Amino acid sequence: MKSKEIICIVCPNGCYLEIEKKGDEYVVRGNKCPRGKIYGVKELTNPTRVVTTTVKIKDGKLKMLPVKTRDPIPKNKISACMRAVDKIEVKPPISVGDVLVQNIAGTHVDLIASRSV
Amino acid sequence: MYDVAVIGAGIIGTFVARELSKYDLKIVLIDKEADVANGTTKANSAIVHAGYDALPGTLKARLNARGNTLYDQVCKQLDVPFKRIGSLVIATNKEEMDTIKVLHRRGLKNCIPAMKILTKQEIIKMEPNLNENVIGGLYAPTAGIVSPWELAEALAENAVDNGVELKLEREVIDIKKIEEGYCIYTKAENISARYVINCAGVYADKINEMVTSKTFTIHPRRGQYNILDKSVGNLVNHVIFQAPTDLGKGVLVAPTVHGNLLVGPDTEDIIDKENTATSSERIALIRKTARKTIDKIPFHKTITSFAGLRATPDTGDFIIQEAEEAKGFINVAGIESPGLSAAPAIAEYTVDLLKNLVGSLKEKTDFKPERRPVLRFMELNAEEKAAVIKKDPRYGRIICRCESITEGEIVDAIHRSAGARTVDAIKRRVRPGMGRCQGGFCGPRVMEILARELGKDITEIVKDGPKSYILIN
Amino acid sequence: MLTYEIVVIGGGPAGLAAAIEAKKNGIESILIIERDGELGGILQQCIHNGFGLHVFKEELTGPEYAEKFIHELKQMGIAYKLDTMVLDINKDKEIHAINTIDGFMTIKAGAVILAMGCRERTRGAINIPGTRPAGIYTAGTAQRFVNMEGHKVGKRVVILGSGDIGLIMARRMTLEGAKVLAVVELMPFSGGLTRNIVQCLEDYNIPLLLSHTLTEIRGKDRVEGIVIAKVDENKKIIPGTEQEFDCDTLLLSVGLIPENELSYNAGIELDPITYGPTVNEAMETSVEGIFACGNVVHVHDLVDFVTQESRRAGKNAAGYIKKEIKKESQTVHTHPEKGIRYIVPQRVRIANVGQKLDLFMRVDNVYQDVYMVVKINDKEIKRIKKKHLAPGEMESLEIQKDDLVCEEGSMISILLEKEGA
Repeated sequence: MKSKEIICIVCPNGCYLEIEKKGDEYVVRGNKCPRGKIYGVKELTNPTRVVTTTVKIKDGKLKMLPVKTRDPIPKNKISACMRAVDKIEVKPPISVGDVLVQNIAGTHVDLIASRSV
Repeated sequence: MYDVAVIGAGIIGTFVARELSKYDLKIVLIDKEADVANGTTKANSAIVHAGYDALPGTLKARLNARGNTLYDQVCKQLDVPFKRIGSLVIATNKEEMDTIKVLHRRGLKNCIPAMKILTKQEIIKMEPNLNENVIGGLYAPTAGIVSPWELAEALAENAVDNGVELKLEREVIDIKKIEEGYCIYTKAENISARYVINCAGVYADKINEMVTSKTFTIHPRRGQYNILDKSVGNLVNHVIFQAPTDLGKGVLVAPTVHGNLLVGPDTEDIIDKENTATSSERIALIRKTARKTIDKIPFHKTITSFAGLRATPDTGDFIIQEAEEAKGFINVAGIESPGLSAAPAIAEYTVDLLKNLVGSLKEKTDFKPERRPVLRFMELNAEEKAAVIKKDPRYGRIICRCESITEGEIVDAIHRSAGARTVDAIKRRVRPGMGRCQGGFCGPRVMEILARELGKDITEIVKDGPKSYILIN
Repeated sequence: MLTYEIVVIGGGPAGLAAAIEAKKNGIESILIIERDGELGGILQQCIHNGFGLHVFKEELTGPEYAEKFIHELKQMGIAYKLDTMVLDINKDKEIHAINTIDGFMTIKAGAVILAMGCRERTRGAINIPGTRPAGIYTAGTAQRFVNMEGHKVGKRVVILGSGDIGLIMARRMTLEGAKVLAVVELMPFSGGLTRNIVQCLEDYNIPLLLSHTLTEIRGKDRVEGIVIAKVDENKKIIPGTEQEFDCDTLLLSVGLIPENELSYNAGIELDPITYGPTVNEAMETSVEGIFACGNVVHVHDLVDFVTQESRRAGKNAAGYIKKEIKKESQTVHTHPEKGIRYIVPQRVRIANVGQKLDLFMRVDNVYQDVYMVVKINDKEIKRIKKKHLAPGEMESLEIQKDDLVCEEGSMISILLEKEGA
């Protein structure tokens, strides 16, 4: 099989990865760290992203709370996740890392607060 | 029924309205924009010319000379920055030097005081940054710089404080003769007045044609400018003109009253009376032309470019007279350069015209010539600053970092008569957004203050015109 | 008059790290002056992730990164004043500041650390022609509206400039329901990180138009459209390549400039390339006892590097107060040569260099397979092979103390050489 070239987005280094499928195995080249290898394989089999966005704060000095998915979610679930986030309103006090929604949009990933208010 | 309706709240309309407010009259000042000073007044060279340029015998010459002398008093009364820094017309060759002499003779005929033809050495001493090739020039110490829109806002405020009604967002659609005067039609309401004074700038011909046949045409003539950062505002100490040649009038380089550097304008006849767009070619042209005066102008320190429209009449001179076919309808039209310089005299002249039409006007006994002084926080010394914040903590909160403008100053600009309703109106009055960041930081905060003070939702706050929404609801 | 040993101006990532490090190095009396209503600076609106990989070895969002420092600062009991604006600083390290509670203050500092950050370049600064309607925002202003205030700024968006903020906002606006029509970049390469091109543009099928520029803005009241055109290798517009976009919003991501009004007015020497103060190995400006760090010195692409630089500034400011810094020393200058735009620090006092000297620089173009060569007075002391260099990515290198064989007035220069040259 022909190899595929992608750019690793795990960290700001942006390594150019070359991924080749050999039988059931994927061979990744160009990665500077082990996370690059994991990313490369995943990007070909099940691409995922961490979603960062905001939710409305009720009765707070701040109007919006920054939030994120604790772990990456499948790319094709991003818009479902955004729609789910749109419906939420939170009330202080909130601590960074607090779970706001469990299993957001059926991804088995929690939506957590990115700051304390 | 008003006694007088003034159409157009630019520098001319506001000057006329304020002059009229000295008399016992019911006056209305109408403009199509959401703020006063929102046409030519907000985009021009901001120069009060000495008056040697206009041909002797013209209204331009007469009213420029007179208008210039009135500036100190009116700016003092209204607490508007005005600096009589003087101007230089510089020559770089013999032909230009001959032109300088022509201007000097013209100035003498126009009775312009204290002009002097200077040698190269004298000029370089006054302006060490000019190019070496200057050979001489004309010095006119009575020329000055002013902020035209701040002056018009102050005039409007003072006029309102003296009883004038200001009606904004009233675009005149039609005017009809009625028994006692005229009825002015706008989308929002109809306004009747015994006398109408047309100060509508580039639209003065259209307004005139609502009551008479076509008697003059106003052509919009666009000019483009660069404004440079305050760190280079002291590149020149005077208004520097180039000697006019067959190729054009050249561009000027001048400090502004707020310490920036102004470069421009070019001259371009256009069709659309709303077209104040800038273009790369024209900006490149003014930069190239300005380099003939000073080749080291640091254009990378440009903070913004803008274009303004001159209201150029086909008659060659100001048109200030009662319309022949429409009694009681006075045109104050074709007020191109030196219109700003002449403006206080134009107001006097216009009110004299009206006096003649009416017979006589009764002066008010309670006219207040002075405006409540403007508190400019950064101009205060340490003790004064401390005292002001103690009295009103809002002066302790800086909203605009570039120009160091406090919340107190912004709130004041909103609550004065003829006060600010839009983001640009705030910017023109107290300057947040005029600085290097051009409102990037302070814009959202200014919107919050406007919304709070005017009791509106922040999404209702507009940049300038009613359709210039900033946020989506 | 208030008196502190160290006053830090700015409570963003630079100021926070500098203050914490100064305290760790034994300074008790420290004050941070912050003009916004909370600490953390611009990080609070950078809700995306990608921060902290160098400093914390984990991937954090901007607010999370800020919160770690704010938490530590509060634990250490370092004083700070919010909503407080510094009006001026002088060479005697006297600071005038105002706020609504304390009023007008004069604050005397033993040392000052400048950490005011940077601001965005605007439309005027890059001279975009056309009308001046509503709907034109710098990317950072739009980011604040969207992420902090919860407002929407537009429906159909074009972004000029492919710096990281522009890329991040392309994704953010898309997620918030706007249609981002294109990201337009004058240069033949993006100024942003490659990962951001992938996860912000490619993920959402947003076209990146390289070697294109904006030629016109249309619309009287609100933006109604823009025109872009292709440029040649000299950045001149190629006639006939114009294309129109029907949009209501234009975001500008056309660069950042260190915010140095206070520094300039204090008589501090500024570097004409970085627009920030020139500094020595201790991050001290041309005025003794006034230090600077972070984006006020030179614009960084990663906050982690801001933190590292600011820690050095904080440590050295503490050293200055404790009189541990050697003022009398041979001083050498750094000098950017072929291919290098600038180097920070600009001055190095040899006596204060520990085991190694760290230099930071940016290149002036995209380069593949080149050597970065370090010379002292034309004598080569180091050569590093670089596979890929871009102006958008800050480079750094170390010089071992033993290699720093120089005398007063020596010059450390850095240049790029092609492989095989």
